[in-house]
Amino acid sequence: MSHYDTFVTDVLVIGAGLAGERAAVEAATQGHNVILLSLVPPRRSHSSAAQGGMQAALGNSAMGKGDSPDVHFNDTVKGSDWGCDQDVARLFVETAPIAVREMAHWGVPWTRVTTADHVYDGKVIHEDPENAGLITARNFGGTAKWRTCYTSDGAGHTLLYTLDSMVLRLGITVHDRVEALSLIQDGERCYGAIVRCLRTGELRAYTAKTTVIATGGYGRLYGASTNAIINEGSGLGLALDTGVVPLGNMEAVQFHPTGLVPSWILITEGARGDGGYLLDKNLHRFMPDYEPAKKELASRDVVSRRIMQHIRAGYGVESPYGDHVWLDIRHLGAEHINTNLREIATICKNFRGIDPVTDLIPIRPTQHYGMGGVRTNIDGQAYGLKNLFALGEAACWDLHGFNRLGGNSLAETVVAGRIIGEKIAKFTAEASLDVKSSLVEEHLNKQADRVARLRENRDGTEYVFDLRHEMEQILSQHVGIFRSGESLQAAVDQLRDLHERTKHIGLRGGGRGGDPEMDAALRLPGMVRVAYCIAKGALARQESRGSHYREDFPKRDDANWLNRTLAYWPEGADEPELRYEPVKITESPPGDRGYGEASRGANSAKS
Amino acid sequence: MAVRELTFRIMRYNPDEPEKKPHLQDFHLTEEPGMSLFVVLNKLREEQDPTLRFDFVCRASICGSCGMLVNGKPTLACKTLTKDLPPVTTLLPLPVFKLLGDLSVDTGVWFRDMSLRTESWIHTDETFVPDAPEVRMDNELALKIYEAERCIECGCCIGGCATANIKSDFIGAAGVNRVARFMVDPRDKRTEREYFDVVGTEDGVFGCIGLMACDDNCPVGVPLRDQLAYVRRKMAVAGWHYQKV
Ligand SMILES: Cc1cc2nc3c(=O)[nH]c(=O)nc-3n(C[C@H](O)[C@H](O)[C@H](O)COP(=O)(O)OP(=O)(O)OC[C@H]3O[C@@H](n4cnc5c(N)ncnc54)[C@H](O)[C@@H]3O)c2cc1C
Ligand code: FES
Repeated sequence: MSHYDTFVTDVLVIGAGLAGERAAVEAATQGHNVILLSLVPPRRSHSSAAQGGMQAALGNSAMGKGDSPDVHFNDTVKGSDWGCDQDVARLFVETAPIAVREMAHWGVPWTRVTTADHVYDGKVIHEDPENAGLITARNFGGTAKWRTCYTSDGAGHTLLYTLDSMVLRLGITVHDRVEALSLIQDGERCYGAIVRCLRTGELRAYTAKTTVIATGGYGRLYGASTNAIINEGSGLGLALDTGVVPLGNMEAVQFHPTGLVPSWILITEGARGDGGYLLDKNLHRFMPDYEPAKKELASRDVVSRRIMQHIRAGYGVESPYGDHVWLDIRHLGAEHINTNLREIATICKNFRGIDPVTDLIPIRPTQHYGMGGVRTNIDGQAYGLKNLFALGEAACWDLHGFNRLGGNSLAETVVAGRIIGEKIAKFTAEASLDVKSSLVEEHLNKQADRVARLRENRDGTEYVFDLRHEMEQILSQHVGIFRSGESLQAAVDQLRDLHERTKHIGLRGGGRGGDPEMDAALRLPGMVRVAYCIAKGALARQESRGSHYREDFPKRDDANWLNRTLAYWPEGADEPELRYEPVKITESPPGDRGYGEASRGANSAKS
Repeated sequence: MAVRELTFRIMRYNPDEPEKKPHLQDFHLTEEPGMSLFVVLNKLREEQDPTLRFDFVCRASICGSCGMLVNGKPTLACKTLTKDLPPVTTLLPLPVFKLLGDLSVDTGVWFRDMSLRTESWIHTDETFVPDAPEVRMDNELALKIYEAERCIECGCCIGGCATANIKSDFIGAAGVNRVARFMVDPRDKRTEREYFDVVGTEDGVFGCIGLMACDDNCPVGVPLRDQLAYVRRKMAVAGWHYQKV
């Protein structure tokens, strides 16, 4: 083992986005040694791309008046289509206001309440002068009050830069440009991770009393996604590959209504929140026809389906990249667009050559967020393996159930970071580090062997980038917004074949050092397994709930499916095994969301 | 419009093959509508040479990963569209930063070091009180802080800076902007003197020879010239002069 670098720490946090850094700050503040790992310099993590904002019931702005954690709770549970864990939702909504203010204390320049009147959807809004200078909020979909705190157009950026400044201040060790390849574990307990340096290609071993997965989302499994290209779900693969840790609700995949055609860069929900309209090929504003109450601001799953439904009915705008609809923010005016929505204007100019002050924006629903992830309990402890925690988008803490509300994910990262970080600190204080070196060696050798086989083409010559595109195609085509049994069965069959083929990847370029083909080849098998969990979970769930919409089972079915999917990949198996656990209902029994196809207030299909 | 055949002349270097000196390699590909360098480089890697190294993360000019010299100009590759490029384009890694291979450079380490040297965090003894309402801030001030905080640490201002290219400890426009961000923030309790100790040296504002390429090169439009002027003005008012020790 001597030729590998090894590191020993109290807490190993895999992932230096908002969730990982917030937890690391908590653990370090309480006196633990912490090492943070990241594929990229921490500030480049995907969290920096969130532009919209984070929800917290501060109730400072005029349109947020009367807001409270209770109202936030109801919105969140309804948004989740009663699929979330209500104890978690309660804890979350009570902590969110504290977390927002704490981030202000550390340096986030939140946008504040001003006394200037502003116009929204034709109405003039007067702010309470008493509240001037407090943190303000904007409107986001699926919420009864304006609750989304923001920093102009850079909420995620300022949150991440601020948290990273705390990481610097506390002197927390950060190792960037590294990738965790597997967890060191014996089926009972986790002892750290085997990690590959992406600069040099060398393997290292990190051992820790407590290991934390905070690796973010997996959007890139779909190819077309709003996510950063590093969001490949490798953290989920780490957990799944233990054989004993399940992934929760992987079939719950969110499609954001407004991905820019054809680069699929996100146009933030702030565009609709601030008053943007959706128009069809006749420039007709169609959302009020379907959703008279919430219009463009029903929850994301609903707006995405309504757009696709309208396109299917023949009202889409034709384009070489498929049919789309328009997002119209011209009426918000140049000043508003160029300050509060500047990032949208920049994206439209740079990546599409249009100016949203005068032009319509072509958009189509695009993969955006994974509600599912490493299943944990309310303290963030992973199911199935001791000394392992998970949080952030990589986890299924289960705040979001089958649909996440915009602004609840950034909030989840810092709220969960605060709460679970504290649990990690407590847990670590009582944990010991007694790992057998033979166990570390066994896990190291396994990864070293994979590297060697790939380099020498010992298993075959399948080209990793071809296989990868096939996986993206399968998910995009069969496991998208509208799903059906037949199509999902095809996805499952194709993924089974594809998984077999990942065992025969060989390198074309030699794979020396920090080689990108080697990176991809080591990553892909785990990605395909995660994709398989998504498809198989979707096939099995014979109902529609939140973002999971089955055309052959269009109704929510609380009698049979008020439960959470747990996908395991037992050692040596060639497909995942699905189990289920009930969803606990504490405060809010399943009911009508007030929007969406099943709601009494909504109109049905126009076609 | 006729379809163009494009040539990309890319610098190749693999630190694991030190026997091969850095050299330029030509790649050819057919232009597609709406093509960016993000699309180009990925196509080249997947279809022509899987060992080609470069960095992208957000592909939306938000994260600052993809700074490189495009025909000599430091800029973000992800927001560079081929329609704005001539038939032959040279791509080189950003200078100043450590080269990791081909077009990939270690901007992250440079910026971490700069952030540590400028102590880029709010210095305060006040403790956070969970139940108290937030301290008020005028929105104008919040916007001013944000204006400086918008830097995405891509390194284009550094790679294109004459001083930074010859003086390895120069904090550059990014560093001066960073200090300015904290100077305008009343939550940071550092005294002017403490800021000037960091920024009022030859490795800080006095290293700048005023060419201001940084201001032109910033891909997200941080007003670097104004930030430099702001810090200089503050120092002049405080009567601060740089003395060699
Ligand atoms: C374009 C866009 C806009 C969004 N806007 C909003 C918004 O306005 N409001 C909102 O609430 N939510 C928004 N979201 C969602 C939100 O940004 C994310 O869910 C959230 O930031 C995830 O944070 P995280 O810390 O869990 O993960 P990330 O920020 O993705 O961080 C993951 C970290 O893990 C590291 N990592 C991953 N795998 C490995 C590995 N194998 N080894 C080592 N390190 C690894 C990465 O390097 C990174 O540091 C948006 C999402 C997108 C795509
Ligand atoms: S990839 Fe993020 S700025 Fe270019």
